[in-house]
Amino acid sequence: MLLVRINEPDRVSTYFSKKIKTLKMKLKYILPILFITLFTTACSNNDDETPVINEVEGLVKIQEITNNDHSIELYNKAGKFNTGYNNVTIRIKDHTDNSYLENANISWTPMMQMPSMQHSCPKSTITKIADKKTLYQGIVIYQMTNTDGSGWSLTFNYNINGEDYTATDTISVTQSEKQNVTNFIGSDGKSYIVALIDPKDPIIGINDLMVGLYKMESMVSFPVVQDYTIMLDPRMPGMGNHSSPNNTDLSYNSTDNMYHGNLSLTMTGYWVLNLKLKNGEGTVLKGEDITESNEKSSLYLELEF
Amino acid sequence: MKRFFIISMCTLCCNLVFSQETQSETKKDTTLLQETIVIAQRKLSNYRQEKTLSSIDAYLEKANKVTMIKRGNYAWEPSINNMMSDRLNVTIDGMQIFGACTDKMDPITSYVDVSNLEQVSINSGQEGAENGHCVGGGIDLQIAPSKFYNSGLKTNIDLGYETNGDYKTTGLDLEYSSNKFYLNTDAIFRKSDNYKAGDKEEILYSQFQKYNISLLSGYKLANNHTLESNIIYDKATDVGYPALPMDVSLAEALITSVTHRYKNDVTRVKSLESKLYFNTITHIMDDSNRPEVPIRMDMPGWSDTYGFYSKVTLKEKKHNLLVNLNGFYNKSLAEMTMYPNDPNQPDMFMYTWPDIRTLYTGLFINDNIALNAKESISTSLRLGFHQNKIAKKVGVESLQIFHPDISDSKNRFLLSLSGEYTIKKDKFDATLGIGYGERAPSVSEGYGFFLFNSFDNYDYIGNPNLKNEKALEFNSKINFKFKALKLGIVSSFFHVSNYIIGEIDDTVNPMTIGANGVRIYEALKHASIFNTYLNTSYDISKKISFNSSIGYNYGVGSNNTNLSLIRPLSYLAEINYSTQKFNAALQLEGNGNQSEYSSFYGEDETPAYAILNLNMGNIFHLRNNRLVFKYGIENILDANYSTYADWNNISRQGRNFYLNMSYIIF
Repeated sequence: MLLVRINEPDRVSTYFSKKIKTLKMKLKYILPILFITLFTTACSNNDDETPVINEVEGLVKIQEITNNDHSIELYNKAGKFNTGYNNVTIRIKDHTDNSYLENANISWTPMMQMPSMQHSCPKSTITKIADKKTLYQGIVIYQMTNTDGSGWSLTFNYNINGEDYTATDTISVTQSEKQNVTNFIGSDGKSYIVALIDPKDPIIGINDLMVGLYKMESMVSFPVVQDYTIMLDPRMPGMGNHSSPNNTDLSYNSTDNMYHGNLSLTMTGYWVLNLKLKNGEGTVLKGEDITESNEKSSLYLELEF
Repeated sequence: MKRFFIISMCTLCCNLVFSQETQSETKKDTTLLQETIVIAQRKLSNYRQEKTLSSIDAYLEKANKVTMIKRGNYAWEPSINNMMSDRLNVTIDGMQIFGACTDKMDPITSYVDVSNLEQVSINSGQEGAENGHCVGGGIDLQIAPSKFYNSGLKTNIDLGYETNGDYKTTGLDLEYSSNKFYLNTDAIFRKSDNYKAGDKEEILYSQFQKYNISLLSGYKLANNHTLESNIIYDKATDVGYPALPMDVSLAEALITSVTHRYKNDVTRVKSLESKLYFNTITHIMDDSNRPEVPIRMDMPGWSDTYGFYSKVTLKEKKHNLLVNLNGFYNKSLAEMTMYPNDPNQPDMFMYTWPDIRTLYTGLFINDNIALNAKESISTSLRLGFHQNKIAKKVGVESLQIFHPDISDSKNRFLLSLSGEYTIKKDKFDATLGIGYGERAPSVSEGYGFFLFNSFDNYDYIGNPNLKNEKALEFNSKINFKFKALKLGIVSSFFHVSNYIIGEIDDTVNPMTIGANGVRIYEALKHASIFNTYLNTSYDISKKISFNSSIGYNYGVGSNNTNLSLIRPLSYLAEINYSTQKFNAALQLEGNGNQSEYSSFYGEDETPAYAILNLNMGNIFHLRNNRLVFKYGIENILDANYSTYADWNNISRQGRNFYLNMSYIIF
């Protein structure tokens, strides 16, 4: 099998390795079934014990926020909060029997403490993950952080069987290397936040670009902005600031409350996604066209791969 | 691939069956309608200032319909009938081999040397379809056939020196041959500094250095059966390309083959030849010698080809039949890494040829029918299946930016047909031909990704959806003899439909810094290409003769713009003096003003030029050994000039004194 793999250039071997791959695929299904059958037969004597399934597999714990009754466990892929978009998986452990709650009603409030005031940031509501027993999920977009990661705190309010609980703690938010979120004041005098959500693993080719657009109505209210247009012009400053073809402007999708467009990347490296925000009437709120004299829009996001 | 092997096995089996048949037939001479250039004969020849140690490129340039596109002093790109690599089929002894450079800096002709070859066969148009599909023609670089001479050990030593560029050449050739076995090994080394154009203008980055070694061996299995093997290793380093923004730090090829031959004059099957071959090329473009570039980059490329052919010649009454079944599998990969000037930014990377696999199998049949003693008809057919596959997913995804509907593979069927009528009389002979050929887009045309062309200053993007290019072709060749005067007219006309060429796409931003824009390979509805040459020769006396040639070429597309790289009016006149031991030739060579240039495809008007060359040769016999001197002056008047075929108008060599010496020890 190994030999076949080494001779990659040969089509015969690719043919064989494909065969082997399909065989492997089949094995992938057959083996677990075999094992499960064996396992269940072996365990058939103790019917009461159901095998513990680790629902947070593949995720890394960021932090736990605790009160007297419960621990709220926060997870994501990287195991830490970054500025910009964060997809958070939440699980609540009951201290009495170390079980995980399956029917909590949770809300959250992130808060940044500034010298003179405090403010929150865009976030979604927390919902139960459909095919999981104990997991909940929400997104939060930190638009800034202190250089040492301090300043943010997270408060959870939740209700279990009619009883209200609360838990709060400071969290650490690391500054992302590239600008994946930006806040600005538009020409209409209002404050907005734009955050890059997808692609998380960009490819050379056409990527589905997903961006969140929020308006800062107050220090704690950041609703999704609907039906605006975000114009896109990706550039490579390291290579003569050239663009790429067949990008599309981002438009609002009401099913996921996000903005979607096509982002074509012709090579790996550092890309600046120059943006221009237009409201429903077509008035430009922020951003400029890229010209010989203007290499970058005042509204942009960054990407590196 | 499976099919490929089954077919090849079948052929080999058929071979055995064929070889059993025996039937006597008298041998009849047939004329091959092709131009053949004999290489490295180490004899006196007055044909166009022959140097024994010329590069293959210089040899090729002697053919009427061939011109060499020059990007520097090394690795010139051949063009036949004003059509370049993509439209030609260039093979080494019938073996398919493909350059690994996305910018055509390594034509196949650069991977062999004169020491490897016996002759080059140049076939115009569909005459060149024996080894593969083409539109413009075919070049087959032929390795010397079986050498069972029983001549024992023979040694050749070649030395060459040219003043311009301080160009040194050394060659050594050892040959041992018996009746049963032969072994031939040769090595050649070439090194040149920057050459100087006329008026002592130094052309920077025109240096090169290369060596080539080969090992050829043969064993006689039985009376009519031989088995031969051939290995060529060619390595060029430090090759400058003054017309391009990048140089080459390595161009390396390993070319190997095993051949079985069967020959029998008395059977119906005259000969049968089967070959299995493999070749691999590594080509590394870099810009480390250039002091100032907008951005540093590396552009390596690789090309591996596996293939076979099996050809049989048969004779049955008036028919001379040639059948050639061949197939190959090629893997072409090239990439580009750019290093940003800002060290905080990561390297930028892309596949310029995203691992393209080409599989081809085809059958060629040629029948030459002798109608009577003076007339003959030749017909040919080639049918082939051609498949391209993009092996890298990232390649499919990146090309989908431009062509959203493409999949990872594309199949094509290709057809070539031609017919020819020849008449030979005492004072007159003529050939009239008609042909139809198709070709698949080359890897660059189909799958190239941001290939910068410094000729028109555009980035090029391939197009997998291109249709096959099709050419209808008419050609004629007429020769008259009036005593000492010989007159010949050769003409070809091509009507090419779906003519593949880059079209500007205004919506796309170029990637290369300073480029004018992006061109995507598309097809012109049609294009017309025409050329005609008038050749004359006159023997003034037994020792003195005069030769001349005038050529006219024309090429225009259906968009009414001229095609690029079409040769302007060209001429050559030569007066020769030759005896048994000495020869001399004075040659005038030039082009008219290039008025029909193509500004749309990046050309400017190249002014007329003319240069004078002088060459001489002596031969001495020292006991059994032979010593041959070839010496002369090229561009005697030290003209500073460039031709239409010089990439970005780089000037050609100024005055050059040369001396080649060959010592043949028996």
